This record gives sequence, structure tokens and C-alpha cells, in this order.
Amino acid sequence: MSKMAPPEEVMNVDYTTPAEAWMDVKPEFKLGNYSYPGKPEVLKYLGLPNPRVWNPTEEDWKLPPDWKEIITEGFRELLGKYRSLKVFMDVCVRCGACADKCHFYIGSGDPKNMPVLRAELLRSIYRGDFTMAGKILGKLAGARKLEEDVIKEWFMYFYQCTQCRRCSLFCPYGIDTAEITFLARDLMNRIGVNINWILEPAANCNRTGNHLGIQPHAFKDMMDFLVDDIETITGRRVEPTFHRKGAEILFITPSGDIFAEPGIYTFMGYLLLFDYLDLDVTWSTYASEGGNFGSFMNDKWMKKLNAKMYAEAKRLGVKYIIGGECGHMWRVLNQFMDTMNGPADFLEVPKSPITGTVFDNARSTKMIHLVEFTADLIRNNKLKLDKSRNAGMVATWHDSCNTSRGMGFFDEPRYVLENVVEKFVDMPTQTIREQTFCCGGGAGLNNGEFTDMRLRGGLPRGNALQYVQQKFGVNTMSCICAIDRATLPGLADYWAPGVKVTGLHELVGNALVFDDEEQERTMNLRQEDLPGIEGEDE
Amino acid sequence: MAGLVTALMAVVALAAAAALGAQAGMAGVFGIAVPYVAVAIFVAGFIKKVIGWASTPQPFSIATTGGQQYSQPWVKQAKFDNPSTPGQTFVRMALEVLCFRSLFRNTKLDNRPAEGRVGYGSDKSLWLFALMFHYCFLIVFVRHFRFFLEPVPMAITGVEFVDSILQIGVPTLYLTDVFFVVGVSFLLARRIWDPKVNYISLASDYFPLFLILAIALSGIYMRYFAKVDVIAIKQLAFGLVSFKPVIPPNVDWSFYMHFFLVCVLWAYFPFSKLMHLGGVFLSPTRNLPNNTRMVRYINPWNDPSIKPHSYEEYENDFREKMIEAGLPVDKEA
Ligand code: SF4
Ligand code: SF4
Repeated sequence: MSKMAPPEEVMNVDYTTPAEAWMDVKPEFKLGNYSYPGKPEVLKYLGLPNPRVWNPTEEDWKLPPDWKEIITEGFRELLGKYRSLKVFMDVCVRCGACADKCHFYIGSGDPKNMPVLRAELLRSIYRGDFTMAGKILGKLAGARKLEEDVIKEWFMYFYQCTQCRRCSLFCPYGIDTAEITFLARDLMNRIGVNINWILEPAANCNRTGNHLGIQPHAFKDMMDFLVDDIETITGRRVEPTFHRKGAEILFITPSGDIFAEPGIYTFMGYLLLFDYLDLDVTWSTYASEGGNFGSFMNDKWMKKLNAKMYAEAKRLGVKYIIGGECGHMWRVLNQFMDTMNGPADFLEVPKSPITGTVFDNARSTKMIHLVEFTADLIRNNKLKLDKSRNAGMVATWHDSCNTSRGMGFFDEPRYVLENVVEKFVDMPTQTIREQTFCCGGGAGLNNGEFTDMRLRGGLPRGNALQYVQQKFGVNTMSCICAIDRATLPGLADYWAPGVKVTGLHELVGNALVFDDEEQERTMNLRQEDLPGIEGEDE
Repeated sequence: MAGLVTALMAVVALAAAAALGAQAGMAGVFGIAVPYVAVAIFVAGFIKKVIGWASTPQPFSIATTGGQQYSQPWVKQAKFDNPSTPGQTFVRMALEVLCFRSLFRNTKLDNRPAEGRVGYGSDKSLWLFALMFHYCFLIVFVRHFRFFLEPVPMAITGVEFVDSILQIGVPTLYLTDVFFVVGVSFLLARRIWDPKVNYISLASDYFPLFLILAIALSGIYMRYFAKVDVIAIKQLAFGLVSFKPVIPPNVDWSFYMHFFLVCVLWAYFPFSKLMHLGGVFLSPTRNLPNNTRMVRYINPWNDPSIKPHSYEEYENDFREKMIEAGLPVDKEA
């Protein structure tokens, strides 16, 4: 990041289009604009083809000898399995409505980051191989031949798409470039062209239950640390349980929440809330990853990793599942889980034991979002909240792409936020709610080597944040996604220094007032002094 | 640019072929053979394409949501942008197909580095002109039914009446003719002048625009300038639809040119992006409700043999460490 130009310069994006036609422009791999390839041992573990050491900047990508047939056959297979793909390949009119909607285009000016052109990278091959017009008219119909350079281009641009679906919202036919990216990545996986930051976490999730590969005892240790911290801060000893059979609720959150700042504060918020309610909830180290790295690979791995949630719920005999603050987890959960791994007929329709509210919006999946649960508690006056414990905060809300365009989850989180902070302002309309901009790290692009491009892609979000920072003194951005919590601090440091990133339940945890408080709260969950208490400057 | 030039030349060549052919006594080809073939290609091609789409499974429900989901009663749902029932989804689709709802939302990037801000201004021009173009096309299309139907239904005479309400000139000017040309010209101009759109444009984007423009202009020429013999043309059209084709005398060459370009459009339709007409109804991000937590969505090829890494294997891997850490296990060591 030290090499990164300052924001004023990065804002100066050159949007002029190259003189050559796009088919004649070759991708140029430079440090910072691509992610490192999958390591051979990880590919082997996942049973993926063509494990080898290779480097995108080199000429030879060591593709298998029959790679063309593999791609063509794979394409044919996917066209037969996905109506979405078939329709999206055929109906784009290249109107360009989606063109300036992608944060990577806005931040890089690279025309191949226009969603329409990203999809054309695949469509041009589709036309050449699968349509009569393309076979006869070739380039005139927008068709081209499958060459190694095409694969290189795919690798570059399908790993410069965070599958945020913003483009889909604006397309008159609802063409979803995220879906195209998903399937293009599936194709590339078939010839061993993939990135390590997706595969290794996926392998870890499979084996250890979380994306960092932390083993169960270490997971428990981490939890114990956080429990100790909570005791230091509140004087309470919370007692979370693991793998407790017969508990009412299984709680699953992204493992990012337990291992890294600022996610851990959100995690402490969960623990405090459960303790406050005396909720009959248990945790699992086996199913401890909400985020689904398989969904960045292909449908098979998406299903396989997701399947752990129901498997564990069944084994433990819980009544239903509550999920934590995570983006991709909810995309998969809301739209795919029941389809892939349902029916969840061994569970019950979630009913809040505190308010009696029945969550009939989850009557089939039997899994609810913690924020829905908390919003319902607040609505029913079941939480005593003291906003002054978050005093000094001027908060804004970052709608995570996946809970937004994949779910439509807007009002409940805002409702919770408004009840725990004194001042809340939204960022400009065209950057929030369904029109929200990605943090730049979704779909497996939250890795170190991609930082440069990610910060460029963060321009729209960063600039909107800077705007409310300057105009309203916003100093806190809250969100409900673990990838956001990992990437937004860097984005904020770069685009709007001084803004701090929090999960929602961190703020809930701060504000919760227990009836039997033995110790006055002098610190928030980050162990920073509360304003107006001791140690305050001046 | 190459795409634009090729497309333009192709349309000019097609128009010239028809104009010259008709004058060289090939009226039978352009008036009878070509239209039958073109319509047959259109119908067969269109059906094949739609069946091809419809018979492909949609494995996952992937609605793109444009507003608040269905939740608790106190949270107001955006029913038509984030529908949860079939009825709401129907309304969403109707808004999409009839009003171009998604396009209405369009914004324009406005990056002003000097001011340190990047904005997204509302941009309704594409929506407006696209809507104008499509509705005019529809009305012009409907108006043409008077050539095939006898007596001309009230609905069509009504449309004509409203369309020519300004009563300008002889024959009276149809408003849609004007707006139609304005609409196509905007779409074309945009493709040339907007660098982004220009960069993504292929010959197959220019070709239908030039073709449609040529159809409109030749139609206008026939009606307002050549003032062709409408009775004769109606006779020809009638012959075609009643499968008793005739080539009446006194039909101007400009009619054959116009008609031939229309036939090219029919035949080209199923193999081109014009199929968005059928595809818009089949887009899974729009035509599915966002109710996947309430109702199980079925994927016909869902593979039941894909199982999670089992808890048992997991415990076997880590049992000792788990016991040591005080985590409950199913099987003691
Ligand atoms: S908005 Fe849709 S139809 Fe228009 S160019 Fe983009 S993907 Fe194609
Ligand atoms: S899904 Fe998001 S990242 Fe991908 S092309 Fe669309 S807007 Fe860009």
C-alpha cells in the first residue's frame, strides 16, 4: 500500500477508450491487479484438476493439453444446466446501461471492467462456438476463437469482479454479471486457472470448519480470550457453549468475526446479547464458517460447504439456526441453501423465545438473521440500551452487496443502528440501499496482493464516505458483513482517514445495559475509554 | 467504426438489391417468395429460441432485489421491487416490460476529481428514447394491420385517428412516424458519440438500427412522397395472408424495397440480440420472487451425492485436541 498513489491522484481516472478494438487489447498482469494462483497442494486437496506451480505474469500458463475441449465441453454443460447463462448470453443489447455501474470500472477506467464487456469476454466465445450467426459471420456477429489469450483475459477480469450484482440492478433485462462471473470461474477451475485466496480458505473451511484453518482447540482458545476481555470490560463472565446437544438454537457466523479486528468486537457483541437474553444457544467449531468460499468457485463446492450448517443443526438437534453478520453467507443462505441442502424438515419455524415473534419469512429454511432477531427485540422493548455508551459516534451505514441485492435487507439494520447510536446519517442515495457500492473485496478478492486494485475499486464507496465525513462529521461506518469488516478499515484509512469500521452487534454490545451490572462500564468493547468517563483528553 | 461501416453498407446493399430487383421485374420474388420464407424463418427461429431457453432448468432462484424484503409487519416491504409472491412478481415484470422500470433507474457517472467528488446523476435519456422507440414501433406495427384486415377493426382506426390528430399535410402526418425516427436516431447517435457505448458496439448492434431506420425512411418516402397506390398494396398484402398471392400492377418499386427490408428484419430477428423481446420475460433475476427462505425452490439437477465433510471425519481428525480443550465429543478417544 505504500506504493499506492494518494486518493486525489487515484480519483483522476482516465475514462477514454483505447484506439484498438477490445478484442485486440491483451491483458497486462502487474503486481496489484491480479491475485496469486492456487497452490498445487490446495488444488490436490480439493480434487481440482491440473495442480502445478504457475505464474500469471509468465507466458506459459501450463494449461492441460486438451484445455480447449475441456472449456468447450464445460461451456456446453453449463448452458444446459443454467437458463440464466443461456438467456444472459443471448439477450444483451449492449445498451451500456450497466457500463458505469461497476466500482472496478469507476475506479480503474478499464473498459473491460464494464459489466457488459466483462460478459462479452464469455459471450464472444459462446457466439463462436454455439451460435449459427457467430459461426457464419465471425467477428461481425461479435464472435471470436478460443485462444490462450482469452483465458488470460478471463482470469484477469473474472477475478476483478466481486459478484456484487450492482450491474444487474440497472440492466433492463436483469442480466447478472455476477452469475456470469460465477460460471466463468467454474469453467476456469476445470483447467486449473484459479486463485489461491479462494481455494485455500475453501479447503480450510472443509477440513477445519473455518477459512483460516484454525483447529477446534485454538478456536476455543480464541473464544476464551474474548470471554476474558468481556469480563474485563463488563465484569460479567459469559459462558458460551460448544456442540451442546438439545440446545434451542445453533449460532453460525463468519469465522472472520472470531479471528480478526474489528470482527472480534462484533463477536463480543453477540456473546453479550446472548448472555443478556439468557438465550439457549450453542456454537459449533465444525460448522463455524458462515461465509461460503465455495460460492466463489462452483456450485458443487458451494453446496458442499453450505451443507455443514444443516448437518450440524441436525446432529445437535437444535430447533433452528441464527446466522451472524455476513454477506456472502446470506446470499447463499437466502437464495440457495434450501434449494441445495433442504428441506430442513428436522427443524422448526424460528420463533423468538423472548418476544414470541414467529419468523415466517424463514419458514422453509428455518434460519434467521441475527439482525432481524435483534430488531424484533428492540421493537418489542426487550433490550435496555444506553446510546451514550456509543457517544461521540456519528454513524453511517454500509449496505453490504449481498444482503442488499441478494436479499433486500435494508430497514432492519438501520432500525437497530438508530437505536444504539445518537447520530446516524446515510451516505448519498445513489450509493446506498440497493444501489450500494461494493467494498471491493467480495468473492475472494480480499487478499493482500490485490490491494491496489481493491482500493481503486473502493473509489465510489470511499468517496461517499469521505463526503459524509466532511459534511456531517461521520466517524463510524457500520456494516453486517465480515468481508466488509476486513476490507473497509483499509478503504477508510485510504479514502476517509479517521473513520472507524464496526459491525452492528459491536454497537449493540456496547449499548446493552444489564439489570444486574456489577461494574460500571468505563470502556467500550475495544477497551477504549467511554467519553465523559476517565482518561478523556482535555 | 468498422462495425458501423459494415452494417451501413449491408443495409444499403440490401435496399439497393430490392429496389433494382423490383424494377428489373422480380416483383414476384420480393412480393411473394421472400416474405413467405422470412416469416417462416422468424416463426420457427423464435419458437426454437424460446423453447431452448424455457427448457433449460433454472437451478437457483436469483432474484435481484431492488428494495426492502418481506419481513416483519412493521417493516414496509418494497412489494414490486422485491416481490415475495407471484402476484407481486407479475407486477414487477409488467413494470419492467411495459415501463422499462430498471432503465428508469439509470444514473450517469460524474467524476469530478478537481472537486474531489464522484457523483451519479440521474440519466433518463436512454429510458425515454428507448421507450419512445419501442412504443412507436408497436403502434406503427399495429397500424399496418389495416393492410391485412377487411373491414379494418375499430381499434386500428382509433389508433390511426389519434396518431394523425395534428392533421398536418396530405396524407396526414402520423406522429409516431416522427417519434419513431427520432427514437432510432437517438439510439444510433448514442452509439456513435458515447465513447463507452461506441467501444462495446459491434456490427450486429449497428445493423438492426440502420435496418430499422431504413425501413422507417422508406415507409415515409412511400407514404408522403411517392404516394404509392395503397389499394394495390392492400391487394398484395391480402393475397399473402389469404395464401392466394398476387402481384398487382402499379406497385411502386419503393414498396418492394420497404417490404424487403422488413422481411430481412423478420428473418434476422431470431438470430440476433433482437431476441431480447422474448428474453426479457425469461430473465431469472426479474421473474422470480424473493421468497427462497419461505418456499423451497427446486433445482432439478441438484446432486444429492454431494455431502459435507462429515462431523465424524472432523472429530476423527481433531478428537484428542478437542478433548484436551474441553470440547464435547461424540466418541471418547
Ligand atoms: S445493461 Fe444489460 S443489456 Fe445493457 S449492456 Fe448491460 S448487460 Fe447488456
Ligand atoms: S457484479 Fe459487481 S463487480 Fe461484477 S461486474 Fe457487476 S458491478 Fe462489477
